[in-house]
Amino acid sequence: MSAPEQRDEVEMLALMLLIRRFEERASQQYQAQKIGGFCHLYIGQEAVVVGAIAATRDDDYLITAYRDHAHALARGTSANACMAELFGKVTGCSRGLGGSMHYFDKARHMYGGHAIVGAHVPLAAGIALASKYRNEDRVTLCFFGDGAINQGAFHEALNMAGVLKLPVIFICENNLFAMGTSVERSTSLKQIVDRAEGYDIPGFIADGMNFREVRDKLTEVVEAIRQNSHPAFVEIRTYRYRGHSMSDPASYRTKDQLEKYRLDDPITRLRAQLTREGKLSNEQFDVMDKHAKDTALASVTFAEKSEEPPIEELYNYTYAP
Amino acid sequence: MSGDMREVTYRQALNEALAEELERDANVFLMGEEVAQYNGAYKVSQGLLDRFGPMRIIDTPISENGFAGMGVGAAMVGLRPIVEFMTFSFSLVAFDQVVNNATNMLTMSGGQFNIPITFRGPNGPAHQLGATHSHATECLYANFPGLKICTPATPRDAKGLLKTAIRDNNPVLVLESELLYSSKGMIEPADQELLIPLGEAELKREGSDVTIICYAQTVPLALAAAEALEEEEISAEVLDLRSIKPLDLHAILNSVAKTHRVVVAEQDRPYCGIGSEICYRIQKEIFDELDAPIARVSQEDVPMPYNERLEKAVLPSAEKIVAAVKKVCDA
Ligand SMILES: Cc1ncc(C[n+]2csc(CCOP(=O)(O)OP(=O)(O)O)c2C)c(N)n1
Repeated sequence: MSAPEQRDEVEMLALMLLIRRFEERASQQYQAQKIGGFCHLYIGQEAVVVGAIAATRDDDYLITAYRDHAHALARGTSANACMAELFGKVTGCSRGLGGSMHYFDKARHMYGGHAIVGAHVPLAAGIALASKYRNEDRVTLCFFGDGAINQGAFHEALNMAGVLKLPVIFICENNLFAMGTSVERSTSLKQIVDRAEGYDIPGFIADGMNFREVRDKLTEVVEAIRQNSHPAFVEIRTYRYRGHSMSDPASYRTKDQLEKYRLDDPITRLRAQLTREGKLSNEQFDVMDKHAKDTALASVTFAEKSEEPPIEELYNYTYAP
Repeated sequence: MSGDMREVTYRQALNEALAEELERDANVFLMGEEVAQYNGAYKVSQGLLDRFGPMRIIDTPISENGFAGMGVGAAMVGLRPIVEFMTFSFSLVAFDQVVNNATNMLTMSGGQFNIPITFRGPNGPAHQLGATHSHATECLYANFPGLKICTPATPRDAKGLLKTAIRDNNPVLVLESELLYSSKGMIEPADQELLIPLGEAELKREGSDVTIICYAQTVPLALAAAEALEEEEISAEVLDLRSIKPLDLHAILNSVAKTHRVVVAEQDRPYCGIGSEICYRIQKEIFDELDAPIARVSQEDVPMPYNERLEKAVLPSAEKIVAAVKKVCDA
């Protein structure tokens, strides 16, 4: 397959808006106790996954950790299926069996939603191995947090991806914290991207608050991989506005730090860029934002009205037929 | 017991146990994710960093296999590490260190290296955390000789068992429960030493018609079931194992010889479960005392679903225990 046409930036902005509005709704529904378990919000990090989507094809593989709502939405999983999953309904993207941390959408090449930190990084290498095995030119996008880079599974996977020259991009969403632990306190490195050097994997850095920078950097990396299969590592510097999960007050960081990143908001920035260039009017933006809000709200109604998974199905998914 | 008993939470009781043992023995230290600056993901180590400093209360990266192994190494040289797993679901990442290194070392070294280490943290399903985060690991670990396992269900047991575990010269797993952290119970005054031996069950309620054998999260369920059964004029005895290994067979047999009917309420899955072992031991030792086949209430044999209704269907409950007791008593 040839390179995709550049995806429309206004559409990408709409996607970022949808993710944000969806998560705001999810947060509200969590507080109303419509959602159980853990719920980790992505608000602030939207340009990372959307930038990656803008740089790749729909048939490229994607896999991520438990902060996964955005990754499914970005892949085209409907807001309805995403919200229904949070509500534990059978119409959810994992039939209500996975929950917030375990989103899956095979049809859209979204390989999960993985809640054991670092455990999906070898899976990404395995998916990429299959691409190479079958002579496909598909790349695997593997997202994880800064906390994951200290797991053994991560290191073993990077090494094997390096040895076997697998077409996988390891994307570290460095939001400066793993739960309450800052990167400086967890990681013996000057900068995260240096991890790649140890495995002779090309490493790059991008500003995760800047959609265009993420997209352009990844576009370059993806094209190089399609030409000639190899792994790459991209450290994307970003920030989560909310606590680690809904129950974390995030008292380990300063208001000033949060404010600094909020002022650098990825949605505001792309909007300003497009407006300045005459590609987006205020009216258009308002329509888009309203659409995102309506979609998020409608997903709540959809989730509420959906059925629970039937009790009789309890044993249906323990073994494949 | 002397002095005035006081009410504390399970979380506080664990915190006291840690503080007292850290105070008592300079070789004791605590290590794990978020244990120091964050004061513990579930606040069990609240205040310990301030009191004991960063050399003894150590924050680790998310590297379970690494820090569990570091604990074993430190124990080989005579320190007494307490390794906290944020939950025992994550201990699976460190399985090799717990099993191969901590547990086998004494035998492999011909008795030269004992490993005085405590692995602790919440174990068992909490609420709607899904398949990866809901593991009850006691059956898994109980299979390994060399490891001791306790499962406190009350604040008093939590404190007494944790302190004993820390002083034990072997690897001990203290399997706590997230759902119990905020529960309250009576406990000895702070200045009174509280040690509860490993391998000693406790009758949490006396009864004459049936014995409900339980541990950890199934203890409050069994007590609720016993209360409900009272209204139906069934007198249930509730025996809390407190330790999975060693197992207090003596207490089990005593109770069964009195009631002649048994329900085992387990928080783990049924296959190769704690209940299977207990059933085997009872019938082997005192088959003639049994007036009915033993019933088991455990999880369903499936990975944990997220959906609340399905999760409830998977988990043991007071209702399921009541139903099992009635069946056993009707037999
Ligand atoms: C093996 C394992 N250990 C611990 C946890 C608990 N935990 C969940 S998320 C998290 C922090 C991860 O931080 P990071 O990888 O930076 O991702 P972020 O939350 O910032 O997206 C921890 C410790 C876990 N899920 N899995």
